[in-house]
Amino acid sequence: MTGGAASNARNTAILYVFVAMGGMLGSIARYLASLLIPAAAGFPWATLFVNIVGSFIIGFYSTLTGPDGRLFAGTRQRQFVMTGFCGGYTTFSAFSLETFRLLHGGMIKTAFSYIAVSVVSWLLAVWLGHLLASHLNRLKGS
Amino acid sequence: MSGLVSVALGSVLGAMARYFVSGFVARRVGETFPWGTFIINVSGAFAIGLFGGLAEDNASILASPDPWLFAVTGFLGAYTTVSSFSLQTLTLARDGQRGRSVSYVVLSVALCLGAVTLGFGLPGLLK
Repeated sequence: MTGGAASNARNTAILYVFVAMGGMLGSIARYLASLLIPAAAGFPWATLFVNIVGSFIIGFYSTLTGPDGRLFAGTRQRQFVMTGFCGGYTTFSAFSLETFRLLHGGMIKTAFSYIAVSVVSWLLAVWLGHLLASHLNRLKGS
Repeated sequence: MSGLVSVALGSVLGAMARYFVSGFVARRVGETFPWGTFIINVSGAFAIGLFGGLAEDNASILASPDPWLFAVTGFLGAYTTVSSFSLQTLTLARDGQRGRSVSYVVLSVALCLGAVTLGFGLPGLLK
């Protein structure tokens, strides 16, 4: 292996460690949220909560540390927060299973409102996070 | 406490698997459409349906708490992602690719629901 290839492999391995650590912290935070937030009226509030908060954080952070961002973050930090933490904190699989269980249990209306409320609020959250960070990026003085 | 450890172990593997698949797909098919996250979420939905179907049988290992926390809350929870999905949809919309952003949302939700249904029904069919 040449020196370049070796250092590339080392860099990739380090990125995997950052993604794994961020993913673990995010997943533990999601698990704790699921223990603290009860499902009321058959509605999966905990999953909705983590998916909204995770979408907001990724929208905010990616813009704040983006090309025009006022906060500098290297690749490792960005992968730790975005791919790792936010990716581990949010979950599409639990959303899918919960929706299926509502449909399967005959709670058709609840299932469809869960889908609609989820998609709209996730997208609204990522957009608000992005807007807030863009606003901060435009403030004078850094 | 063992629940926390199960989630932690599963999530380390799930997050790395997602990073691997999204990078692999991006290198193969490019990044004009978020195929990587799409494939991850649909395959994760199939797997959670399958595990959910298996856990219906009380004799299944997945019917006990720690294996479920490891495989589902940990691994699949970290493997699939809503945050990247949201950010990619916003990025497509901001790039003026409204058609693509809408198809991404509709296809993701529809195929994930199809996949979870298929996965859940599979153990019963194979009996």
